[in-house]
Amino acid sequence: MKNKITKNNLITYGIVLAFYIIVEILMMTGALSSHMKGLLVPMTYYAIIAVALNLCVGILGELSIGHCGFMCIGAFTSAFFSRATENSIPTVPRFIIAFIIGIAFAALFGFLIGIPVLRLKGDYLAIVTLAFGEIIKNVINSFYIGIDGKGLHFSMKDSMSLGMEADGDIIVNGAMGITGTPHNANFTIGVVVLLISLFVVQNLVNSRDGRAIMAIRDNYIAAEATGINITGYKMMAFTISAAIAGAAGVLFSHNITTLTASSQYFGYNASIMILVYVVLGGIGNIRGSVIAACVLYLLPELLRGLNTYRMLIYSIVLIVMMIVNWSPKIIEWRKRTFGRVSFRRAKEVA
Amino acid sequence: MSFLTYLINGLSLGSIYAIIALGYTMVYGIAKMLNFAHGDFIMVGCYIIFSVSAALSGNSVVGIIVAIILCTVLGVTTEFVAYRPLRGAASPLAVLITAIGVSYLLENIALLIYGADIKSFTSVVTWEGVSFAGGELKIQGVTIITILVSVVILIALQLFINKTKQGQAMLAASEDKGAAALMGINVNRTIALTFAIGSALAAVAGALLCSAYPSLSPYTGAMPGIKAFVAAVLGGIGSIPGAMIGGLVLGIVEILSKTYISSQLSDAIVFGILVVVLLVKPTGILGKQIQEKV
Amino acid sequence: MKKFNKVFSAVLASAMAASLLAGCGGAAAGGSNTFKIGAIGPLTGAAAAYGNAVVNGAQIAVDEINEAGGINGVQIEYKSEDDELNAEKSVNAYNTLKDWGMQILVGSTTSACSIAVSENTKNDNMFQLTPSGSAEDCVKYDNVFRVCFSDPNQGIASAQYISDHNLATKVGIIYDNSDVYSSGIYQKFVEESAGKNFEIVSAEAYTQDNNTDFSVQLQKAKDAGADLVFLPIYYSDAALILTQANTMGYAPTFFGVDGMDGILTVENFDPSLAEGVMLLTPFAADATDDLTVNFVKKYNEKYGETPNQFAADAYDAVYIIKAAIEKSGVTPDKTTEEICEALKGAMTQIEATGLTSQKMTWDASGEPNKEPKAVVIKNGTYVSAE
Repeated sequence: MKNKITKNNLITYGIVLAFYIIVEILMMTGALSSHMKGLLVPMTYYAIIAVALNLCVGILGELSIGHCGFMCIGAFTSAFFSRATENSIPTVPRFIIAFIIGIAFAALFGFLIGIPVLRLKGDYLAIVTLAFGEIIKNVINSFYIGIDGKGLHFSMKDSMSLGMEADGDIIVNGAMGITGTPHNANFTIGVVVLLISLFVVQNLVNSRDGRAIMAIRDNYIAAEATGINITGYKMMAFTISAAIAGAAGVLFSHNITTLTASSQYFGYNASIMILVYVVLGGIGNIRGSVIAACVLYLLPELLRGLNTYRMLIYSIVLIVMMIVNWSPKIIEWRKRTFGRVSFRRAKEVA
Repeated sequence: MSFLTYLINGLSLGSIYAIIALGYTMVYGIAKMLNFAHGDFIMVGCYIIFSVSAALSGNSVVGIIVAIILCTVLGVTTEFVAYRPLRGAASPLAVLITAIGVSYLLENIALLIYGADIKSFTSVVTWEGVSFAGGELKIQGVTIITILVSVVILIALQLFINKTKQGQAMLAASEDKGAAALMGINVNRTIALTFAIGSALAAVAGALLCSAYPSLSPYTGAMPGIKAFVAAVLGGIGSIPGAMIGGLVLGIVEILSKTYISSQLSDAIVFGILVVVLLVKPTGILGKQIQEKV
Repeated sequence: MKKFNKVFSAVLASAMAASLLAGCGGAAAGGSNTFKIGAIGPLTGAAAAYGNAVVNGAQIAVDEINEAGGINGVQIEYKSEDDELNAEKSVNAYNTLKDWGMQILVGSTTSACSIAVSENTKNDNMFQLTPSGSAEDCVKYDNVFRVCFSDPNQGIASAQYISDHNLATKVGIIYDNSDVYSSGIYQKFVEESAGKNFEIVSAEAYTQDNNTDFSVQLQKAKDAGADLVFLPIYYSDAALILTQANTMGYAPTFFGVDGMDGILTVENFDPSLAEGVMLLTPFAADATDDLTVNFVKKYNEKYGETPNQFAADAYDAVYIIKAAIEKSGVTPDKTTEEICEALKGAMTQIEATGLTSQKMTWDASGEPNKEPKAVVIKNGTYVSAE
């Protein structure tokens, strides 16, 4: 049992590493198009946030449709730090501190939001996470923060009310967000962060804590009866999930250098997109999330040749994939056709 | 006096949310699925009315009838093709994601047919409305019509569910699909009927939404759809009177928070209030508290 | 689920292989014998109207130039990519175009996307001319120029115009708090208004998630006694605002900026609602000069719509590039860097005539020198406000 889990985990790291090595080789030989190169970092951070969301949805069993809110917090806090200290701290320590700040703030907000959210159940919980995601986005859109000789200035109204001196630098400018964040993220860092997130989540899942969390998911009444601290474990999983989402946010903000708190990146639609990765990759299947995130992020990009029909085809593919993979009738048919194979696999998973 | 004006504005916005939320909650209550594509059914309804009215040089009544019929067909087809195969899937999330797929599909089809540019919608309600206090206070015709229509729908739905055999079958299917099937209820047909009603309501809601806010694009339905979903949750999802109350409350809160607190932060405030309400009443204003048993 | 993963992996592998092949194709296309111009904009999603206008406008210019024998006898190849109003996707679109062999970029359509892409064009030293990226930071690098006015420029010009012409004593503002363009103009407008002969009595925001009901914003402006409402927003939202103001019986002067252009072309929109609306715009679709008439006719024939300011900016952008190429005499067999250097130099020397201005010149900062025209809508058409 133990060995099998270790082996399974190693396979996941192996896939990521193998992918990384192949890509690096291709890059060195110059066989990789710029388009593909540009997609690599986004793929890693979407894989990371998919892992984070899978921890919340698959392992903890609570549907969150506001996870991009945590990504937003990680992105903005770290970008703010990097922008503010761009000329005073060298790149490497600055980027490390930016990571720590982004993760810490996302975790803090995960904790604070977790307190009310985790008291609710099911769809009510989902809608409240959506609400928090939208609140975060809306509030950040009204932030104005600047630095000048006299220190930090802050306003929730507009940039004029900051009362800045002429030499001041407005860092967070409401809807215009943060521009000019240093471009520090690259594919290697992305893969390292992805591996660390996988390590954290996979070890959590296979630990005593992880089993407690899954017990809560499967039957919280029984879990409670055996003396598991339900609130504590729920909070733990939710906070870790938020922290990892924050790490994805740090990569995000240091990859594209203009950061705005708009719906395309951090709204409920974006959060749902991540949920699609998780569900198609297999709920509770960490490796599946990584692969699904990469494939589904690539899909519309690879369909670019189809122009306006691109998103149409993407949506049809999405519907068909869901039905093929989840419909009880089709699963039954697949079992009948490839009966023995599936059966063996099913046992393996168990 | 100005407070009353704002309250009336809130009422008009709320009545739109309410009528959308009715369709949302109806489907949720029986099929137990969040139909994320509901907002896009509304958009489809609007485009149908727009096209038919244009073809018949402004005859919106025919447009609404055609829209109701086509939306019903669309709803039933979607249910049959995309949602029914996933009934009984290992996770309820599967059908949720499919609904999102359907939502993208409808938006992109509309984008291909009608283009992205907005179209101005001619109100189907020609009545100006009523004025009080020498024109100081004005309630628009479309607001009154919307509220009347939602009340009629509310009563009709309640009567239908409580007094007819089909309605009782719906109630039974919503409580326990397996047991309902054992009692001889055709669950699939019942759910299809629910979708038919829900989609027809979407067409009606679309007509009123676009009459009140006459701007039509492939994404018209998305945000009102989400807001109506919030309203349905606020009122207690699955509860039909709850959807009505939730919609009105949401509309009034939105307008008043924009007025008296901050127009920049109104989204945050509205969602903040939703959070507070759900913390005090975890299943919404009229939601049923279901005690889980071991 | 396992088997599914395998299927997924297979899809991934084949996808990778496919894109690698695509990459090879791109690498081969160096030193071409045509000018390869790319355009980027939101072709799907909520902002698709703007992106499509840019892409279509540029297409018409390219067709015209090619028909007339090209630039210095060299044909143009043209390709557009979608960015869904998403800066990340915009960079992806840019990379796709680069693989195709793009030498000159017309884009991105929107500000945030344009800024993100400019980081890349800067690194690659590719010449970028954004038709409509109006935020200040869009042209912060020396390889980026723009056709439209900058946001600060519009905010200042609007405040100045209102003050110079004594249009109002009390001004209300409705702006989009979630949009770079709108909040950029709004802020400069407020700054510039200090000490002018009017007073800002209400400034209310809305967001793209909340752009159906404007009753509060309008009511507040009305209650504050605003006799002019400044709308630094796009025409799609403005159309709703005008309709709602009409239903509530509020009729101040509405004053818009270039984003307002297009309001008269909204299908089924009642133009009487826009009666008396003033706007600062570089382009008017019903202008009677040959250039505009010809452009509007072609656009209508080809796309079945009346072009707006975005389309006009993009059309001009292609002709500006043509003028710069002709001035510098650069040939398409040069590398992207060499073309960029040549065009950068030529841009500050040319004087372009186009749909959006009779005379445009640039300095090295990338900002165009052109005057915004104030027009007022009368009987459903633009009339010069002077």
